[in-house]
Amino acid sequence: MKDFPYTESKDTRSGFGAGLQELGRTNPNVVALCADLIGSLKMDAFIKDNPERFFQVGIAEANMMGLAAGLTIGGKIPFTGTFANFSTGRVYDQIRQSIAYSNKNVKICASHAGLTLGEDGATHQILEDVGMMKMLPHMTVINPCDYNQTKAATIAIADHEGPVYLRFGRPVVPNFTPADQEFKIGEGIVLNEGADVSIFATGHLVWKAILAGKLLAEKGINAEIINIHTIKPLDARLILESARKTRCVVTAEEHQMNGGLGDSIAQLLAREEPLPLEMVAVNDSFGESGTPDQLMEKYGLNEAAIVAAVEKVMARRK
Amino acid sequence: MSQATPLAPTSETHAPSATKSVAELKQIAAQVRRDIVRMVHAVNSGHPGGSLGCTDLLVALYFKVMKHTPQPFDMDGTGQDLFFLSNGHISPVFYSVLARSGYFPVSELATFRKLNSRLQGHPATHEHLPGVRVASGSLGQGLSVATGAAQAKKLNGDDRTVYVLMGDGELQEGQIWEAALYAPHHKVNNLIAFVDRNGQQIDGPTEKIGGLGDLRAKFEAFNWQVLETDGNDLEKLLATIEEAQGLLSNGRPVMVLMDTQMGYGVDFMMGSHKWHGVAPNDEQLEKALQQLIVDTASDY
Repeated sequence: MKDFPYTESKDTRSGFGAGLQELGRTNPNVVALCADLIGSLKMDAFIKDNPERFFQVGIAEANMMGLAAGLTIGGKIPFTGTFANFSTGRVYDQIRQSIAYSNKNVKICASHAGLTLGEDGATHQILEDVGMMKMLPHMTVINPCDYNQTKAATIAIADHEGPVYLRFGRPVVPNFTPADQEFKIGEGIVLNEGADVSIFATGHLVWKAILAGKLLAEKGINAEIINIHTIKPLDARLILESARKTRCVVTAEEHQMNGGLGDSIAQLLAREEPLPLEMVAVNDSFGESGTPDQLMEKYGLNEAAIVAAVEKVMARRK
Repeated sequence: MSQATPLAPTSETHAPSATKSVAELKQIAAQVRRDIVRMVHAVNSGHPGGSLGCTDLLVALYFKVMKHTPQPFDMDGTGQDLFFLSNGHISPVFYSVLARSGYFPVSELATFRKLNSRLQGHPATHEHLPGVRVASGSLGQGLSVATGAAQAKKLNGDDRTVYVLMGDGELQEGQIWEAALYAPHHKVNNLIAFVDRNGQQIDGPTEKIGGLGDLRAKFEAFNWQVLETDGNDLEKLLATIEEAQGLLSNGRPVMVLMDTQMGYGVDFMMGSHKWHGVAPNDEQLEKALQQLIVDTASDY
C-alpha cells in the first residue's frame, strides 16, 4: 500500500475559495453569485479582488440560478455559491429549465454537502444532490476529495463549456493531492494499484478509502484504490479495466445509495461486466445532528465500513 | 381576403425597421394573429388566448422598438436589445414574430409542436432555434434570467436594453418576487419588464384564483418604476415604452402593467380564460381568419 503523506488538513470549501480567487485573476469572464453565505463558501477573497464581478443575491436561491443563466448571455461564466441543499433540491426546476435544458455555462458550486456538515442536522445534510444533478442531461457532476483537488477542479471547470455541479464540504480533511496535479474532468485517478478488490471512492470517502487500504494491507489484502472525482461523465474505461482485473468492486461516497456513484458504477457493471459490488453509502435514510466523525461512523461511511464491504464482496467473488 | 396595404415583406432577411408606421405594425399584428390561430389549429394544441393578447407588444418590440440582428443569430446579443418570454406557453406569438422578423423561415411555423421540430411546445434553445435565448414554460423564471442578462450587459459596457414579458397568473410564483426585490436593489437600469394583465389563468379569473390585487402598489413597494398602458393599443404601447426608456435614467428598472384581453382580435376568443389552452376547430379557425384580414399570400 502506497503512502500518502500530507502536511496539513484543510476544508475542501477553502480549496474552492482559493480556486475562485485565482480565476478572478486569470479569467475576466468569471463572475460569482452568493445567497448570503459568503463566509461559509470562502468567497471573500474573490469579492475583495473583484467587487464588480460579484453579485450578492440574498436568501433567494431560485433567483440566483436564473440570474446565473442570464449572465451567461453576454459571455460571463457564473459561479453560484451556497450550501449543497440550497444549490440543488431547493432550485431543481430552475436548474433544469434555465440552466441544463438551456445548456447554459453555469458552475453550480455547492458546499456543506453530506453528513459532514454535522451539527446543523438533516435539514441541511443533503445526500441526494449527486443523484438529482447527474440525472439532468448536459450536466457534469464533480466531487473532489481534498483542498488541492477542489482548487484544481474549480479552475478546470471554468474552461469547460456547459453546466457543472461542483460538490464540496465543510470539514477539514487531509490535503494529500499534489498541489500541481492537473484536474482532468472525467478521468479517474489510480491512487493505489492492487489485485484483490477495486475500491472506487469520491469526495471525502477517498481519504477513508486510503485508511481502509492500509487496514486491508495488514490483513494481506491488496486493494486497488481509485478516486472517481467526476461522477458524470463516468470514467467507464478505467472502472471496467480495474474491475476486470480484481473481479469485485466496492464503492464509497457520502451520499444516498440511490442516485450516487455506486449506483452509476452498478449500472455500468450490469451492462458491461456483471461482478459482485458492495456500496458504502447512506441506505435510504436522512442524517441527524452530531459531529462529522460520529455521523460517518453511525451511518457506516468510515474506513471500518469500507473494510467490511471489501471482506463481504471478496467472499462473493467467483 | 384582400386589403389595400400590402403586408411587410416576410423574406428570411427581413430586418425590423424603426421607421414602420402604426398602420404597418397593425398589418403585421394581423398577420401574426393569423399565424397563431393556424399554428394551434394545425396541431389541435397550444395557447392561442395569451398569444393573441400579447401580439401587439411583441410586434411593437420586434418591428419598431428593439435594435436587433436576426441573422446571423448571436446568442450573446452583443450590442442588441434582448427580449425574454417568461410565460413560455404563448410560444405561438413568439415564434411567429421571430420568423416574420427574419430569425428563421416563416415556413417553419408549420412544424410547431410536431416531432423533430425546432418549434417546441414551449420555447427552448432546442436544436439552437435562432431568437430563443433560454427555455421557458415552467413559470416564474424569466424575470431572473432577464435581470442576469441585463447585468451582463452592464458589465460589458453594452448600453442596450433587456425586455421581458410575464403573464399575470405567473406572478403567483415566488421566484418572481425574489427577482422583483433584487433588480431595483441592484439598480438594474437597463431592464423593462411587462406584465400581461389579462386577468385570466387556467382555472379562471386571477382575482378569484389567487388575487393579485393592486400590482402597481406592490411593484412600487418593491421600488420599481411602474407604468400602466393598454396592451392592445399599439399607439399607446409605443408611447409607454418610450416613456419607460426615459425612466431608466433614474437608475431603476421599469415595470409596465399592460391591460390586455386574452384572445384579442378574435371576437369569440376575447376575454375568457376558456381559450387559454384550447385550439379552434375548423369552423372556428375560418371564423377567426375572417376577422384577421391581411394579404393571405403572406400566410405560411
